[in-house]
Formats: sequence, structure tokens, C-alpha cells
Amino acid sequence: MAQVSHIAEEQASSPLSSSKSVTLKISRYNPEHDDVGKFMEFTVPYEKWTTVLEAILEVKKHFDHSVAVRYSCRQATCGSCGMMINGKPRLACFTKISELNSNVITVEPMNNFPVIRDLAVKFERLFDTHQKIKPYLIRDDTELETDEREFLQSPEEVEQYIQFANCIKCGLCNSACPTMATDSSFVGPQALAQAYRYVADSRDKGKDSRLKIIDESHGIWRCHFAGSCSQVCPKGVDPAMGIQFLRGYLLGFRS
Amino acid sequence: MRESTIMKIHYGTALAAVALVAVHILMRLTMNYTESLEYENVLANYKLIPYAVMLELILILLSVHGFNGLRVILLELKQGRLYEKAVSYGCLVAMFGLIAYGSRTIIMTNMGMV
Amino acid sequence: MTQDENKEGIGGMINPRRYGIERVAYLLMRLSGLGLLAYFVAHIYETSNILRGQVGWDDFLALTQTTEGHIGMSIVIAMCVFHTVNGVRVMLGHGGVGVGKPARPDYPYDPASQNYRHKIGIYSAILLAAIAMMYGLAVMFGE
Repeated sequence: MAQVSHIAEEQASSPLSSSKSVTLKISRYNPEHDDVGKFMEFTVPYEKWTTVLEAILEVKKHFDHSVAVRYSCRQATCGSCGMMINGKPRLACFTKISELNSNVITVEPMNNFPVIRDLAVKFERLFDTHQKIKPYLIRDDTELETDEREFLQSPEEVEQYIQFANCIKCGLCNSACPTMATDSSFVGPQALAQAYRYVADSRDKGKDSRLKIIDESHGIWRCHFAGSCSQVCPKGVDPAMGIQFLRGYLLGFRS
Repeated sequence: MRESTIMKIHYGTALAAVALVAVHILMRLTMNYTESLEYENVLANYKLIPYAVMLELILILLSVHGFNGLRVILLELKQGRLYEKAVSYGCLVAMFGLIAYGSRTIIMTNMGMV
Repeated sequence: MTQDENKEGIGGMINPRRYGIERVAYLLMRLSGLGLLAYFVAHIYETSNILRGQVGWDDFLALTQTTEGHIGMSIVIAMCVFHTVNGVRVMLGHGGVGVGKPARPDYPYDPASQNYRHKIGIYSAILLAAIAMMYGLAVMFGE
């Protein structure tokens, strides 16, 4: 009982006091009820270290608890909190308000993802395209059948793909991609980068089957190296690099 | 045709066209620019067999490259089986149409049928 | 683009802001490509006037050898040079040339593929296009 009343007191407390405040414009849209989205503005105090996610949670706590937002780790590891922040796809937990240099912070759901409500979007297309490129090691043999050791890799072999294995499936790259803005059938930079991750892995023997999957009219050839995916990636995966390396196989630059 | 084959053709036509178009443009600078566009001088260009062959090659290379580029842009704007087939065949028809029309000019002028 | 898919649409494709010079180059490449295709079709039609003899050819020259025609031509020259130079850069990039090497990412996670080599390539394409345009104007208006 004492614990419950303590929590109730905490939730009833007033917002953080700070000399600085910013206007947070949050996109509100429920496809089940609304024809069009609208923005709601909230004045939120912030410190030098306050992230956009913290500001949104501050709004939820003290102003409007119905704001729908997806988040989890708060440390740019899970990829849940991707959204448009001042017109660019970013992770809310990884973006400090002070870095944005703006009195107004506009947050909207990520482009090119269907909206569930407010800032939460559906990830089915990303999961489908990711699955399409066979995101697992393809080999004839398997570790379980024999008494042999695990598949060995030298540090140099690991360096070839480890960068692309950092992908947290946040979807920011798909949101930034100019082809994804209009092409519903495009595989997307996330899936293509992951295709390269496996092709570059020395343990994998499925290069030909993956290249065949992406060699189609809405596959790798609809990437035009605009590089926006790499500009927004929060984990340094650099999907554009992986995609061009992958294309190098198809063009004969690599074998 | 596989998309990778189409794109290799796209890149190949681009590189080849760069060289030939450079020659075509430089021909305008072998004499005074306005003079180079006069009827007699242009006719003389067409009557030179190597030049006429070069013009024909430029026509084919740039038609292929240009209409494939248009096809790519249109395919990215909208999707659907019928639409994609229409765009692909439409661009193919436009490409062949332009090549035919341009070839007619080159061949007839070269043969003196002006 | 239906609201359901929340696609940015053509506005997203043609918006060059927010993502750096590489996105600007992507947009300019598309615009110059379409512009050059339109010019190419017009040029094939225009040059077919040679079949109408001296009179037909001179008639068409009177239309194109004007101030507006020269300005249009200079824009075509700029588009052609940009599309060519940037096209070579993109082709090399597509083969994995100049996009950096894979390495363990570290803060601030700057992408190696968006490096100075490609940026210099893009700015060179723009600069060369401007120089070619000015040269073209000098040749056409200088006589």
C-alpha cells in the first residue's frame, strides 16, 4: 500500500524545473478514428543532456498520457524509438534536444512505415524484406552432425562483415531512402545491407542464391547511391557501403 | 531479360556514348560555330560514311540509355503488374520509334535523298 | 501514395534537403537525365529538318539560333556535363570503388561511404558543368 501511494505521489509531481524550455510538436493520428493527422504542442523543460525521448515521456507523464510511442532500451541498442525529428529520421533516445539547435522540436512517425497511432509504426514490411534475403548462414554442412569444432574465422574475416552485423533494425535507413519514398516493392537498404552482411561472412555459402534474390527490377538496382541511409544510421552500419559492395559482385568488380 | 543485364547495358551505353558525343560536339568547334550549323556543312557531315555511322551509334546508345533511365524512374513512381508491363513496353516502343525516325534521317541524308 | 503506407511520395524523392550533397546529386542526376532525354528527342526531330532541304533547315535554325535557344542550349550543356561526370562517379561507386573499407564502427559512427572522394566528385561535376556552360555561352554569344 505504501509502495502504491509512493508511486501515485511520484506521478502527481510537477514537471522538472529548468530555466530552458522547448516546444515539442507531436504528430497525433489514429487511423481508426482520424481522417488526417494533427500536431499538438507542449512546452517541455530540458537540460543539456535531455533526449527527445525523455521529453516525449515527460509529456506523457505530465500533459497527455495517451501519446503513443515505442521505446525500450533508451540507449540506442534496441532500435524501437525511431521517428522523424525535425524532418530527419533519428532515434529519439539518441538525439539530444540541445543538439537540434531549435526552439521547436517536431516529432512525427517515420516515413514509409504505416502508422499504428501517433509515433508508433508498423514494421511488417521491414521484417518481410529482411526475411526475403535469407538472414542466416547458408551451408551444406552443420555443426551439429559431426564432432568438429565451431567454424573458425580470423579477425580479418570478421572485420569484413562485423560493421553490417551492428544493424538494430530500427528502420531509419528505410525511412530516409528516396526510393522507398515512392517504391512500395523496393527491398530497401536495411535488407540489402543485411544481404551483404551474410555474403561477406566467410562461413556463408549462399552468395549465389542471395544475389539471385536481389537481382530483380525492385531489388538492388533501384538503389542509386543517394547515401541517405548511411547518413541516418545510428550504429555506423553504413548500408550504402554494403549495397555498393554487393552490387560489385553483380557487376563483376568483385568475385 | 535480367535486371543486372539491363543495367550493364545501361552503364555500357553511357560510357560509349560519352566518347562519341564528345566527338560530335567537337565537330562543331572545327570551324566557326555558326558556320558549322550551315546547311552545306551539316550535309557534308552526313555524307561522310564514318560520321554517319557514328551518328547512328550515338542515336542507338542514347536511345537505349535514355529510355531505360525513364523506365527506371517510372517504375519507382508507381507499382503494379499492368503498370510495370505498360511502362517497360512503352519505353521499348518509344526507343525503337526514336531509333527508326533518326535512322531514317541519317540514311536518307547520307544517300542524298534530301 | 495511400495514407495507409505513409510513403513520403514524390515530395520525398525530390526533396534534396536534410541529407547532404549526395542527395542533391541524386536529384540533379534525375532532373538532368530527364532534361537530356527531352532535349535528345527534340534534337532528333529538329535535325530531321535536313530532309526538307536548305529552306527547311534554315527555317529551323531561325527558331533555335536565338537568344532563348542559346540559353536553352547552355543549360543542356550544363546538364550533359554534370550527368556525365556524376555518372562516372556513381558508376565507380556502384562497383564499390571509393566507398571505404568495412571496419568496426565507433562513435560518432560517421559513414565511410559518404567520404571526401565522392563529395569532391560531386562538387567537381557541378563546377565542370558551370565552366562548360560558361564556355558554351561564350562560344554561342561571342560570335
